[in-house]
Amino acid sequence: MSLTQSVLEGNRLSLSRLLTQVENNSPEGRAALIELFPHTGRAHLIGVTGAPGTGKSSLVNQLTLYYRKQQNKRVAIIAVDPSSPFTGGAVLGDRVRMRDLSGDEGVFIRSMASRGSVGGLAQTTASFTQVFDSAGYDIIIIETVGAGQSEVDIARLAHTTIVVEAPGLGDEIQAIKAGILEIADVLVINKADRPGVENTERALRTTLELAHPTKRVFRHHGQVMSIDAPEANAKIWIPPINKTVATDGKGIAELAESIAKHVAHIRHSGDWALRDRARLGSEMEAVLQGALMSQFMSEVPKDKYKEIMEKVIQRSISPYEAVKILLNGNSK
Amino acid sequence: MTEKKIRVLVAKPGLDGHDRGAKVVARALRDAGMEVIYTGLRQTPEMIAEAALHEDVDVVGLSILSGAHMALAPRILELLKSNGQADVKVFIGGIIPDEDMPRLKEIGITGIYGPGASTEDIVKDIREAFK
Repeated sequence: MSLTQSVLEGNRLSLSRLLTQVENNSPEGRAALIELFPHTGRAHLIGVTGAPGTGKSSLVNQLTLYYRKQQNKRVAIIAVDPSSPFTGGAVLGDRVRMRDLSGDEGVFIRSMASRGSVGGLAQTTASFTQVFDSAGYDIIIIETVGAGQSEVDIARLAHTTIVVEAPGLGDEIQAIKAGILEIADVLVINKADRPGVENTERALRTTLELAHPTKRVFRHHGQVMSIDAPEANAKIWIPPINKTVATDGKGIAELAESIAKHVAHIRHSGDWALRDRARLGSEMEAVLQGALMSQFMSEVPKDKYKEIMEKVIQRSISPYEAVKILLNGNSK
Repeated sequence: MTEKKIRVLVAKPGLDGHDRGAKVVARALRDAGMEVIYTGLRQTPEMIAEAALHEDVDVVGLSILSGAHMALAPRILELLKSNGQADVKVFIGGIIPDEDMPRLKEIGITGIYGPGASTEDIVKDIREAFK
């Protein structure tokens, strides 16, 4: 029986081995992705991102427990941690916070090193979601590396992106910068039992109101004034703010509720299909880029490539000139 | 980025409560360019075998200081085997009396490291096992 057949039938060792092939971009891995693709498109992809130490892994642990116990959904977790830029090695420690999930055959946790990718995911994370999707997992949770401000690849991959904050990490100015908050479909203030939670909530709420105005009544120089919200539009989703304490499961049911509402919303508004389009489009582009690069490298004479690169390093030509020469095929 | 990385599960079975050594080893393996999955304290053999299965690791490194190695190590090997992962190499670090070593080697433990073992040796042995 082929590896893909066995994955489709639910064999966990085959699944695990296939993920390795995909991660290493082997010919077997690529062939399997082609065979599995018709079986994809069913799973709900949930991204979880946020700064290091906000409690992403603990939250994923609790959320998964909830989906298992309350809804009996099969859950796959892809946990991405950074690779060392110097040695290429990595310590992947997200499983430490997910021990409650062990012994449950309806849960599959796979750790991934980012392997030089900088957007918060690894290059093959999207392919991993396809493998899990075809293997029949209902929910796929993708936990990004501890992200700062611009690791926003997850928003292109997931149907629902959860941004996790914790009290005491930043002020309002952090909240109005572009980037990670803009991609949130659901906001979570984790560690909500800690002091400072009101400030964090206020800062987030202000930011959201700037982006999605609602009717507000306030006092200005002693006068009661109000600003009307723009006409309500069913197509606009305003990210809810959920408060959780992931270590003891507080607020998790409400979070799952927010996620369910978001899914219903994007299915209804057509956003689900739009996201699928965008994701598959950018995936095709990425594959094309890789393929063109390796095709080019196999066609260009090695000596010539080296010679031109050497000229760039000597600063006698610019990288742009170098590429022009390489693509035109005539070296001066 | 397509080169095959050695993936190692570093796990601490049993009830002893400190994982300094396991963390030092995890760090050393990372610095040697390996991908280390770290699972934390107080893992049961079942949890370790499950993690090894999910992560498709090449190596399992066990840190055992409690003296329970003669119970834990065979059980973990047995579970790996029944999951179809008999090819995974298992290394042990910790307090292992000399008289237990031959038996552990016999049941299939690839390497054993006591206090004072150098992390360089561990890295070298793991690389050697995958030549």
